[in-house]
Amino acid sequence: RQELLKWNGWGYNDSKFIFNKKGQAEFTGKRYRLGGMVLPTFKEWIEKTFGASLEHKTTSRASLNVNDVPPSIVNEEFLQDLRATEISYSQDAEDRVFRAHGHCLHEIFVLREGMFKRIPDIVVWPVCHEDVVKIVELACKHNLCIIPFGGGTSVSSALECPEEEKRTIVSLDTSQMNRILWIDEKNLTACVEAGIVGQDLEKQLAESGFCTGHEPDSMEFSSLGGWVATRASGMKKNIYGNIEDLVIHIKMVTPRGIVEKNCQVPRMSTGPDIHHFIMGSEGTLGVITEVTIKIRPVPEYQKYGSVVFPNFERGVACLREVAKQRCAPASIRLVDNAQFQFGHALKPQVASIFTSFLDGLKKFYITKFKGFDPNVLCVATLLFEGDREKVLQHEKQVYDIATKFGGLAAGEDNGQRGYMLTFVIAYIRDLGLDYYVIGESFETSVPWDRVLDLCRNVKERIVRECKEKGVQFAPLSTCRVTQTYDAGACVYFYFAFNYRGISDPIHVYEQIERAAREEILANGGSLSHHHGVGKLRKHWMKESISDVGLGMLRSVKEYVDPNNIFGNKNLL
Amino acid sequence: MAPPIARSPRPPPRPPQRAGQPSPGGLGPWVLREAAAGMRPLRRGRAGERGAGRRGAVGARRTMAAAAAAAAAAAAPGRARRGAPMYSQKELTSKKRDEFEDILEERRLSSDLRYAMKCYTPVIYKGLSPCKPNDIKSAVLQSEQVQYVIKQLAKEVGESPDIIQEEATEILDEMGHSMQLGAVRFFAFTLSKIFKRLFQRVCVNEEGMQRLQHAIQEHPVVLLPSHRSYVDFLMLSYLLYTYDLALPVIAAGIDFLGMKIVGELLRRAGAFFMRRSFGGNRLYWAVFAEYVKTMLRSGYAPIEFFLEGTRSRTAKTLTPKFGLLSIVMEPFFKREVFDTYLVPISISYERILEESLYAYELLGVPKPKESTSGLLKARRILSDNFGTIHIYVGQPVSLRTLASGRISRCPYNLVPRHLPQKPSEDIQEFVSDVAYKMELLQIENMVLSPWVLVAAVLLQNLPAMDFELLLEKTLWLKGLTQIFGGFIEWPDNLCAKKAVLSGLTLHSNIAHLVDGQVVLNDRVEDGAIGEIVFKRALAILMCATYRNQLLNVFVRPSLVAVALQMTHSFRKEEVYSCFSFLRDVFSDEFIFFPGISLKDFEEGCFLLTKCDAIQTSQQEIYPTDKGSVIVSFLSAVFRPFVEGYQLIFRYLSKETREAFTEKQFIPGVRNFVFQLLEKGNTQCYEALSSDMQKNALAALVQLGAVKKKKMSNGFTYNVNQEAVNKILDMFDARVPVQKPVAARL
Repeated sequence: RQELLKWNGWGYNDSKFIFNKKGQAEFTGKRYRLGGMVLPTFKEWIEKTFGASLEHKTTSRASLNVNDVPPSIVNEEFLQDLRATEISYSQDAEDRVFRAHGHCLHEIFVLREGMFKRIPDIVVWPVCHEDVVKIVELACKHNLCIIPFGGGTSVSSALECPEEEKRTIVSLDTSQMNRILWIDEKNLTACVEAGIVGQDLEKQLAESGFCTGHEPDSMEFSSLGGWVATRASGMKKNIYGNIEDLVIHIKMVTPRGIVEKNCQVPRMSTGPDIHHFIMGSEGTLGVITEVTIKIRPVPEYQKYGSVVFPNFERGVACLREVAKQRCAPASIRLVDNAQFQFGHALKPQVASIFTSFLDGLKKFYITKFKGFDPNVLCVATLLFEGDREKVLQHEKQVYDIATKFGGLAAGEDNGQRGYMLTFVIAYIRDLGLDYYVIGESFETSVPWDRVLDLCRNVKERIVRECKEKGVQFAPLSTCRVTQTYDAGACVYFYFAFNYRGISDPIHVYEQIERAAREEILANGGSLSHHHGVGKLRKHWMKESISDVGLGMLRSVKEYVDPNNIFGNKNLL
Repeated sequence: MAPPIARSPRPPPRPPQRAGQPSPGGLGPWVLREAAAGMRPLRRGRAGERGAGRRGAVGARRTMAAAAAAAAAAAAPGRARRGAPMYSQKELTSKKRDEFEDILEERRLSSDLRYAMKCYTPVIYKGLSPCKPNDIKSAVLQSEQVQYVIKQLAKEVGESPDIIQEEATEILDEMGHSMQLGAVRFFAFTLSKIFKRLFQRVCVNEEGMQRLQHAIQEHPVVLLPSHRSYVDFLMLSYLLYTYDLALPVIAAGIDFLGMKIVGELLRRAGAFFMRRSFGGNRLYWAVFAEYVKTMLRSGYAPIEFFLEGTRSRTAKTLTPKFGLLSIVMEPFFKREVFDTYLVPISISYERILEESLYAYELLGVPKPKESTSGLLKARRILSDNFGTIHIYVGQPVSLRTLASGRISRCPYNLVPRHLPQKPSEDIQEFVSDVAYKMELLQIENMVLSPWVLVAAVLLQNLPAMDFELLLEKTLWLKGLTQIFGGFIEWPDNLCAKKAVLSGLTLHSNIAHLVDGQVVLNDRVEDGAIGEIVFKRALAILMCATYRNQLLNVFVRPSLVAVALQMTHSFRKEEVYSCFSFLRDVFSDEFIFFPGISLKDFEEGCFLLTKCDAIQTSQQEIYPTDKGSVIVSFLSAVFRPFVEGYQLIFRYLSKETREAFTEKQFIPGVRNFVFQLLEKGNTQCYEALSSDMQKNALAALVQLGAVKKKKMSNGFTYNVNQEAVNKILDMFDARVPVQKPVAARL
């Protein structure tokens, strides 16, 4: 699997954005719908938005320089014990570097231009729960540090090795624990090993006619265990729920022993739910090995949709109403104008004159006839799922609400492209990095009444901070309301800027991201909706959950892992 | 399609006339945006555009330069401000200030009618969706905030919400402005006529207007002018109209509504009216606060109010009121707006319109009620000359920058934002700090005329003074004031004699020149002794009003000087203790930033060192030979306050019954002082000033020597005789001020 993936960027080796000989943007590979297509307006958008130019290019190192990699320091006794268990392991430099990072901007930047100060000393590949038990026992015996590794898609510096860690760091890669152990059709549950990657899980379940419906944007690469450990959220949570709603049972190996429940029931009143110590523990307590998860029959019918609103305010009001009436489709998202234009720039070359004529007509209708300002309007993308009949009925209900808020249906195609954007955005970042553009996404959750203020202020803050920090071109600072709840919404920001002329772009970038997070907190938003805390956002934990709250978490950690075997230093 | 960031937030209503084209190549969207948003040149009426003589060219050049400078400043606005502590040590060297332009000059050259009817397309807030005054009222009425209070009250008093809603509507109707361009044009015309008759010049710093123009477009703006005269009221509106900027809405006292027609006219010019006290009335508070906040949030118009709350009768800056300031700051705390600009504005009068009224009022003759007939009667002053007005529009201060790192966000995150919430202690402290900071900024840019120096000198040499000597001393004082950073407007090539003479002419009602002697106008033909004292007090108080303008600049070094004289010691520690004590006692008399006594002391010492009056070592402060003149002058300037406070404290320690109200206290102390003056036992006429009397009482309350209690009919006071005596002893320098020196010197 490691072979298939980029060593210094996001996703698959064969999928990336390039500029072809004609200078037009193109997405390579056949894995995505966008694959092999030419994107005629994308280049212009990049130039206009970031002031970037194709002539100014940075190049990443072509491959890892093994000599730069910190040496692997592993005690021989441990190696002997490990060999005795017959669990496969590696001390190879590439294997270790691959597991030394997640996908934060600074991590990718280091991969391209420098080297981590501390990386795992050894990688182990357990294939089942028992293997994990053995490894944890050995780690306790030899006093080693274990960092569990699932899909490696973390964006919170959670996978970075603490520099000051003197013990041997063992990266415990769960990828070989990827079987579905059983499927219980009567109760609609499945017991799955935690290392399975999202899309494999769905593929295998689909063979039996089921799905989990949990689709985080990273589902091609992220693992079930990772979802549990970070309190993940899926795009279609409106139907299937977030990870905490999906999980029925968790088995976790800790230095104290194994933690699990005695039954697999929908709910129980036995004190605070111990699952909630595990979900979001970010690898600080132990290794999640097996998870029993709810499954659903694969839906009969899926339909995309989109609605154009005259402005963002109306759009948010509409989403609020949809949430109030509790009729949100599987997914409903509202992108702001900048992101709409971003999506627009990714429109592939149209096949025929007729389609292009039709597009022109549509545009004319919306901007001229309906009087929407193309620089103000915003778009909601929708995904409906279920029985065909019910989907159509549901669709009508949602469109009726949208009409009340001045929305106009804008077709399936726009909707689908919107969702595709979330899968390819990480590839776009790699393209940007080649042209002096760095960017990142971050998210928060916020009560409904503060959504507008938060979006406006955070975007404005980013623009201002960029200006203050000497960024030469106005940044891209855009957001979308990406999930709706009864009491609030999840908001997702993209932020990118051209760093030409700045000597230390990563430092500048981090300062701005920090300012943006401060702004979020000042506007009544949360520290994180689903990315987690890791080491990147630890700083604000005390403010987020109070001293006592932090103490509660600490005391759990102290009991479960007194010697800090799981020493990735996340969260606390 | 252009990315939204590169777009101008609001296309300028007219294409920039002279703005330079952004040079091609290598310029990112920042530059484009700057150009679109900021390069609109500052305009001042159409006559200027047609080029009225030399003015046209000069004005244009200046405007261009200002535009460029402002754009450059805007390109890195935060970098300069960021991280600046809340109280930044003032620039103590005489700092560069903007130049002034006379806006009346143009009025004298072209038609007022055309000016009043000019095409008015103001610069407004970028996010503004235009609406009518009535839309605002109904938005306020429908707001969650007001509806919540209405429902609460309905539940409590058991009345139907409709009735209370009705009440709220009435409050709003009483309060709300109804700005109309017609009324504005009417004022533009009449005020032009009136100002031209009353004043020689109305001078404005154009750079300040340029900065204001930027600020208005960017964020909601709060205008905070100083308040010395009724003229302040419409002055800013007149100014903003002249410069084609959005007209402010102005918080005015409800008393103006007592004036027929005029009240309504003011309302149409953008005034809204607040009752003097409404602490207990929750509905009124809710409606009023929401009304102000709605206008602020939407960027409807700049909001103008007076931090001092009322006109200062003594020309000293009054201690700030916090109510309205905390209202306009709240939308930022709750993040309903990204930022808010606070703009300190200093309006200085060479001769204050109400000078004699103020003096009468301070002596206990009640102020005439605001009435239209009164206003008409006052028209005789139209034939009088009131000199020059200087308006200095200060640098807009970003509330966000002030607040960064100071405000805990929790209280606002855990309660729905529409619920009325008592501000937390750190918010209250912050509001108070901001209020003081703004007043100090106002003070910094107050313009001092030569007459102010003359008044200060004259008051130390009563009853008459040789003209040549006066001249010499005035010049000496001018030098000293400039060293202290005072902003003196002394025309470059005007010789001292002319400057002083023109001051004397302008203020001939206060003093005049006879036989080479300058004499105060305090003569009464064969009056009773009481009448003589009264007349004399009147003249002195009027004169003191001008000297007072100097005190803001002098207060820190002077208190060091007074402390030096009081302690008879050169030990720094002792001097500082005494300084600190004086600062506490005078905390209502002068404006000190809360809690930084040591910094004030250091500033005072620094200024005294700068003019070679003292020398300091690690442990000691001692006056130089040359410095004794300065030290004794400085302490003499403040002697009226020291002596006045002593008299008032003495009255309180001996003459008062157990509990009293302010209404009983003022006449009591006035009689006490009056009798002493009649007997010739004191020469401190200024102790008759009710302003000083109130401040002294307030100081004792703060020092804990007087207890203030709220009763149904207002406040009552209880004197702790022993404590007052102790303070008095310290004041009389009978006992050393004993106070632990908190900070290392």
